[in-house]
Amino acid sequence: MPQTIASPGFEIRRDGERAVIALAGEWTLDHGRRLERLAEQMPISLGEVRRAVLDIGEIQRLDTLGARVIDQLSHELGSEGVRVEVTHARREHATLLDAVRTRTAVVDRPPRSRLIDMLADIGRTVVLAWHDLVRGVSFIGEVVVAIGRALIRPQRFRWASLINQLEQIAFRGAPIIILITFLVGCIVAQQGIFQLRRFGATAFVVDLVGIITLRELALLLCAIMIAGRSGSAFTAEIGSMKMREEIDALRVMGLNPVDVLVVPRILALIIAMPILTFLGSMAGLFGAGLTAWLYGGIAPETFVSRLQSVITYKHFSVGLIKAPFMAIVIGAIACIEGLEVKGSAESLGQQVTASVVKAIFMVIVVDGLFAMFFASIRF
Amino acid sequence: MPDRTPPSAGPIIAVRDLVVGFGEKIILDGLSLDVMPGEILGFVGGSGTGKSVLTRTILGLIEKRAGRISVFGQDLDTMPEAERRKLEKRWGVMFQHGALFSSLTVAQNIQVPMREYLDLSPAMMSDLAALKIQMVGLKSDAGEKYPSELSGGMIKRAALARALALDPEIVFLDEPTSGLDPIGAAEFDSLIRTLQQTLGLTVFMVTHDLDSLASACDRIAALADRKVVAVGTLAEMVASPHPWVKSYFRGERALARLKG
Repeated sequence: MPQTIASPGFEIRRDGERAVIALAGEWTLDHGRRLERLAEQMPISLGEVRRAVLDIGEIQRLDTLGARVIDQLSHELGSEGVRVEVTHARREHATLLDAVRTRTAVVDRPPRSRLIDMLADIGRTVVLAWHDLVRGVSFIGEVVVAIGRALIRPQRFRWASLINQLEQIAFRGAPIIILITFLVGCIVAQQGIFQLRRFGATAFVVDLVGIITLRELALLLCAIMIAGRSGSAFTAEIGSMKMREEIDALRVMGLNPVDVLVVPRILALIIAMPILTFLGSMAGLFGAGLTAWLYGGIAPETFVSRLQSVITYKHFSVGLIKAPFMAIVIGAIACIEGLEVKGSAESLGQQVTASVVKAIFMVIVVDGLFAMFFASIRF
Repeated sequence: MPDRTPPSAGPIIAVRDLVVGFGEKIILDGLSLDVMPGEILGFVGGSGTGKSVLTRTILGLIEKRAGRISVFGQDLDTMPEAERRKLEKRWGVMFQHGALFSSLTVAQNIQVPMREYLDLSPAMMSDLAALKIQMVGLKSDAGEKYPSELSGGMIKRAALARALALDPEIVFLDEPTSGLDPIGAAEFDSLIRTLQQTLGLTVFMVTHDLDSLASACDRIAALADRKVVAVGTLAEMVASPHPWVKSYFRGERALARLKG
């Protein structure tokens, strides 16, 4: 800038009980804290006076901060019983001072007790957890009704949406699920052989890997992967539609968001999960067989024949029976969280996180319940 | 106010022979425009003719193909990065849909540029934020609210408050009154007038609103055929021979407004 930048300052001239404070320089935002310090010093260096005249004629530039500081200063002096006067204000400075004067300052909120805050927080969390449960159950009810409607009138069902979701979930999700179950199959087989070798029972690794992969591993890995991959996508898609009032637009057109958005997604998950679990099981067994051959010296023929004698249809079906239930858990949580999104980007992020965390947690809880159930019926 | 910028200075924004295009399509071709210090310039043009493109090009959000833009007498192309940062403190922008940060309250939104650029105590920052909130005519409790809890008019005001956070010398307003009811729009126009007089602003306002043009703007520039075809006061615009300007300012709606 062409003109020299003069930092703000003041000078006090005393005249009996009256003090003239001449302000000069640039009283602007560029001098932020310096201005605040000046305003703190001034009453101190002023000492005991009855009348103070703020001469602002020499101020080169004034903006809202400068005006605000001057206003606060005169207010503060006034409250100490000093009569304050502002003189030599240029027309534009006077307008600005007027604009700033009539406003009230922010009121600080009264301090609250930490303990009470914490207790209130715990209470709120408990109540919210209960609401979550109730909402989950009623939402699943809504979805069942909507699926019923679709069965009665299949021509109104959104087939295109279902196929699209199937492609996203099953087709595009398959490679990564096959890869991770393959790797985990390898790792479990290697660990099994390593530990069982000490008892001279290496051959039992086939039983171990076969049962654990078919009953639990493939399904759990698949569910966790789908919760992270598709559950988060559902929440984000539905959530951003909620943010932009698209859900409301559906409602006023007489379309039920559950029919349009939720049912195709959950149905696609219910179809995709068993398929992916099956693929995962095969990949896991393949990985285990490969490791058994290369690391444990168990020939593929031995591995396969032992697998045939150990694995019954029961073990195979346990994983597949559980798959659709996991699909419902993941799908319902993802869609509920999506519909809970409020207007902000932050809320979308929170809801997506909550969706993935809750889905994985619930998948493990439900898996535990199934384990108890199957054990008690000796399946 | 005159003390913000030297009174003898030329245009505060000068655009010369600007060419902007996307791919094959040329949006602005040889556009020249001056904005004088302390004025409110209304910028009109049909939908999709590139009003926002010009604003965004001046702000550096869109690359230009040719031409020169200088702001405060400095050419934006030859300006070093540090100067450019300083320049950005001296203008404020109010986007058409507010562009408030949705995860921050209104007061926090206003404090974003303050935190970035200024050395101020937190107490002073919240005090200034509250001041700006009231200056744009919002109730003081609006500062605690999130953008999703505000009405359309309140979002516009909050966005204006954020644009004013650093006491800028130039304010860009992109369709400030669109989506407001006529009373709200009139209030907004007079608010802009008042703020312009109090804070000594130069205002560059993209608008469709004839009322705004008549009541708030000192000068009007019309965009048609990819360039500025007419600049002047409302009376000069009405007298312009250009066909688009003619149909805009002498259409039924315009005549009704101008007579009224």
